[in-house]
Parts: sequence; structure tokens; C-alpha cells
Amino acid sequence: MTTLTGKTAIVTGASRGIGAEIARKLAGAGAKIVVNYSGSQEKAEAVVAEIQAGGGEAIAVKANVSDAEAVKAMVDEAMNAFGSVDILVNNAGITRDNLMMRMKDDEWDDVINTNLKGVFICTKAVTRQMMKQRSGRIVNISSIVGVMGNAGQANYVAAKAGVIGLTKTTARELASRGITANAIAPGFITTDMTDKLNEDIQKSMLAQIPLGRFGEAEEVAKAALFLASDEASYMTGQTLHLDGGMVM
Amino acid sequence: MATVLERVTKVIVDRLGVEESEVKLEASFTGDLGADSLDVVELVMELEDEFDMEISDEDAEGMATVGDAVTYIEKKQA
Repeated sequence: MTTLTGKTAIVTGASRGIGAEIARKLAGAGAKIVVNYSGSQEKAEAVVAEIQAGGGEAIAVKANVSDAEAVKAMVDEAMNAFGSVDILVNNAGITRDNLMMRMKDDEWDDVINTNLKGVFICTKAVTRQMMKQRSGRIVNISSIVGVMGNAGQANYVAAKAGVIGLTKTTARELASRGITANAIAPGFITTDMTDKLNEDIQKSMLAQIPLGRFGEAEEVAKAALFLASDEASYMTGQTLHLDGGMVM
Repeated sequence: MATVLERVTKVIVDRLGVEESEVKLEASFTGDLGADSLDVVELVMELEDEFDMEISDEDAEGMATVGDAVTYIEKKQA
């Protein structure tokens, strides 16, 4: 049984979707959780309440991941509440899809700022503490489209591919201090986002997936738990594809 | 009360595992004391804790030698 007893994890964008599932999963393994959110306070508090009801410890902390001051304050709050920061899961992300020909600068900037710069800011903010502790686990949520590209998502794809490169660099810079960094590249995971797609698009997506189904957020959370735990002690700089076999 | 130099020396000896006699004012962290760039970042972090002050990245980049660090800290404390 994987255990994270005594560890503290910050999960960004944890009020819903994959982030919320990761927060629940890490809490289930005994970690104390900082449920970060940007807008959805009620949902974040619901995740905290759920963790507490299960006997775990959690706090909700508002911070836009692209705002370095807010992120620093979040890490300070985590330290005050729990005394250490052992795990960072960079999950927060947004989409502003458009064909490249029609994509506006602010659609590009918003997605790069949250999905890529946000990972840089959060990683930088926890590194000081992790270096002192001589241990740490950084888990970045990328996307399979960051590996394969995707029409209509130039901004999102560029950010997610950037996260993979950032993960490798983080891994190299911090390995000597006992800190590992790995990424997960999920494929199509059943969330609010995929539920909105019409049936034809869903069918054509399914045709590309050897396992013949969409993934569940819990399957991503299981991989995140693995990467955040001692089970993954000899692994760093890697990207796990969780995509039902779409990209091999 | 230990002097700034004595306290800086102790931090350097603990962090870099060098002999106290090697920690001279003109000694450079990377050239003479065997620090890599990450060691220097950590050293600055520990000096911040030791002297309870914030050292900006720009200021930290200007610190190449033990003397640079001592002068900076003394000036900031004054």
C-alpha cells in the first residue's frame, strides 16, 4: 500500500476534474493537501470537506498560478498549516481553443501564462523548501496533445509540450537535491470538457484509442500517486502517457 | 556576538564542506570553494536565514566571493 503519511502536497487547480481527483487520491494515501483554486471557491471547499470527512487534513487556498506573489503566499500558508511541502502537483490549466489563423494574442497569452508559466512559478516557489528538505516530488500534468499536436489548440499544445521540457530541466537541476520531477500526459479523460463534445466527435476520438474508451480522472490520479510516492524513487524527467494507447 | 565574517564562514563551511582556513575574503565560491551554481543558490538561501534578510536574485548574482557576501550583509545591516 502506497503511503504518503506525514507528507504535504500542493495540488493546483484542485477544485474539480483531474485536480480534485488527485487531491482525493493523495489524501487517501495520508498526505495533507493544499487544495489550490483560482475561481471556484465553493467547489474547492467541498473537496476539502470531503477529505476531512474521510479523516484527512486539507485546506483550500486561492491563488492564480500565474501570479508569483499569490503563489508565494500559498506556499507560506502551506508551511504555516502543515510545516513542510513535499509534493507539488502542477495541474491547473485552461483552454482557449481556436484555429491558429483566428487565434488572438490574448488567447495565446492566457493559456501560456496559466498552463506553462504557472508551472514555472509554482515549481520555483516550492523549490526553496524542497531543497532544504533534500527531498521533493514534482508532478506536472501535461497532455498527450503536447506530444502529438492537435488542430485548434496551438496555445494549449505549445504550453503542454513546454511543460514536458520544463519537467526534464527541473529534473536535471534538482536531482542532486533529492527532488524528482515527472510529467503525466493524459489522453481523452472523461471530464466536463469531453462531456460537452458532440457524439460524432466523441466517436472519431474513440476510433483513435486502442483501448476503445476514454480514461477516467481516477486513472490519472493513480499515476500521480505513484509519481508522488517512494514507489517512483528512481524515476525522474519522464513523461507517462495515459492515453489508452493513442500514442506509442 | 560573532562577526558577520565568522557567521558567513560557518555557513560556508557547513554547506560546502570546506576547511575554515580556505574561507578567505577573496575566495570565490565557484572557483576556490568548489561550489556549483546550485550550491551558490543554497548558500544565499542560508545566508538569508542566518541574517534574517531577503537577498534579491539581482543582488545574489553580484556575489562571487566571500568578501562580496560579507560586504553586502554588513551594508544591509547598517
